[in-house]
Amino acid sequence: MVESRWWITALTHAVLLLGVLVVLLPIYLAFVASTHPVQNVIQVPMPMLPGGHFWENYSQVLGRGVPTVGNVPIAVMLFNSLVMALGIAAGKIAISILSAFAIVYFRFPLRMAFFWLIFITLMLPVEVRIVPTFQVAADLNLLNSYTGLILPLIASATATFLFRQFFLTVPDELAEAARMDGAGPMRFFFDILLPLSRTNIAALFVILFIYGWNQYLWPLLITTDRDMTTVVISVQALVSVMEEEPQWHLLMAVAMLAMLPPVAVVLLMQRWFVKGLVEPEK
Amino acid sequence: MAEVSFQAVGKTYPGSRTEVIKGISARVADGELMVLLGPSGCGKSTLLRMVAGLERISRGTMAINGRIVNDLEPKDRNIAMVFQNYALYPHMSVFDNMAYGLRIARIPRAEIRARVAEAAQILELTPFLKRKPGQLSGGQRQRVAMGRAIVRNPQVFLFDEPLSNLDAKLRTQMRVEIKKLQTRLGVTSLYVTHDQAEAMTLADRIMVINDGVAEQVAPPLEVYRRPASAFVAGFIGTPAMNFLAGRLCGDGRAVELAGGVRLGLPAPVAGGPMAGGTEGAITVGIRPESLRLDNGHGDLAVAVDLTEMLGADSVVHGRLADNGSTLVARLSGIVPARPGDRLRFTIAADALHLFDTTSGRRLDA
Repeated sequence: MVESRWWITALTHAVLLLGVLVVLLPIYLAFVASTHPVQNVIQVPMPMLPGGHFWENYSQVLGRGVPTVGNVPIAVMLFNSLVMALGIAAGKIAISILSAFAIVYFRFPLRMAFFWLIFITLMLPVEVRIVPTFQVAADLNLLNSYTGLILPLIASATATFLFRQFFLTVPDELAEAARMDGAGPMRFFFDILLPLSRTNIAALFVILFIYGWNQYLWPLLITTDRDMTTVVISVQALVSVMEEEPQWHLLMAVAMLAMLPPVAVVLLMQRWFVKGLVEPEK
Repeated sequence: MAEVSFQAVGKTYPGSRTEVIKGISARVADGELMVLLGPSGCGKSTLLRMVAGLERISRGTMAINGRIVNDLEPKDRNIAMVFQNYALYPHMSVFDNMAYGLRIARIPRAEIRARVAEAAQILELTPFLKRKPGQLSGGQRQRVAMGRAIVRNPQVFLFDEPLSNLDAKLRTQMRVEIKKLQTRLGVTSLYVTHDQAEAMTLADRIMVINDGVAEQVAPPLEVYRRPASAFVAGFIGTPAMNFLAGRLCGDGRAVELAGGVRLGLPAPVAGGPMAGGTEGAITVGIRPESLRLDNGHGDLAVAVDLTEMLGADSVVHGRLADNGSTLVARLSGIVPARPGDRLRFTIAADALHLFDTTSGRRLDA
């Protein structure tokens, strides 16, 4: 701390509290809305305290689903989302750490060309290549499958670049010492490099899990079966119902449920996450 | 037991035309500790890494115990290396660091434990086996790096400036420990350093390398007493040797320094710089410590520029009155010379080192 006068402490706390309020208030309102019957929610002003329908609303969306989105239980969609987010996060990490390993530790023709090719794909987000990607996925019969949800999103230039930068900071002597110890390249990778990268992996996992969980456009295109869609899509589907009032209480319950897994991941991995961002172990 | 031999070993990096190692031939005897000594960038580390198998050998042959190892992987050469920055695996405990190579070699668990325990005991690391390298001091890390080398029972130890990351006091202490350990284990060793004190105290023989060429391979005292070239002479010894321009005269029985001072030689020098001649330009090397103060009859008159009093001895920097070239003298005791003072020095005839001015090679009787 630069200064420690009482009014500065008070001011900083006030600013922080204000920030927390701004972020938490909508979430609180969503929670309140998800515990009331629909009539209470649409009246003005909306109630500010939780109502008595918590169990009712949540068990309906989780177990039976909502009629307007095909009565598919949200539990199924949560599972779909989870598979997709885990698949994307794990796949991205596995692929990018291996490509970074190849680029940093092996000398092969066109090594830098490959690196720059990977790097250039940073400039092409999913949306830009979505039509050809959809065509390919459709030709490969990947519609309405987990593979279809995960595979096209699995390559990551950012993660490759991150791992490359980290590997470059690992002293060369470590690789040489492993060579003298008789470790082959893959052994070195699994025994030395992977354990050293674990904080980076954890930080990336958090970022990529949330990225995967929040995917909207691609799942929307690739899934047509209601029981293959993800929870994020169902939130949107609940809002844009035709000719009737959205069922705000159920919608908010789904939104709350959709929020939980990313929050859980962040909370559980927070310590690692921060460590990975600030002090890569060498 | 092992002997390492180099046969005209050379190294050129791919895509570059300059040869960094220019055909070195030498033989490291079984159980010998040879120090590779030279200024930074001279190729000493490269040569060591070629023995290790971390750098390819461009030409010549290298053999360990009679077996040519040019194309062998490091792990198949039965060698162990201690790196300058220790290169310990930061996420592994001291035990695992030492055991890693043995595990890869699929040595039974009980034997790994026994070998690591023994090495730890020798190196006094037993209390630290469970710690990570990050929780150890520099000297302890250094010992772990040595332990990792010892447990493998290698034929050859390679040391790449292992002490340069330690503070001066610890360095002196570890130097002695390394020497004791090497003598005790009797393992053939190659040791790279740029520190001449380290080289002089550790080596059975020193290989002085300059610009990819082995200038001299000899026991430490011989390197000091009879440097094979002007480079070796200037590199070994502190303060560095004085070099004065001069020429041979009197049928190789005397040298005349520029400025006219004539110094007799103990024995006539043959094969001077000019083919078949004994008269011609040479470089005269004089160690600062072989100059004696003799204000009565000294041959060399010196105007003092600066005196460094070190307590046990004094280092006088000055210029020769006759030709203005600088001269450094190291005199025992306290010599209260002040800038501008005139001193006269004498030098024993057998303490002169003569070098061919063009080739830098030593000239001898």
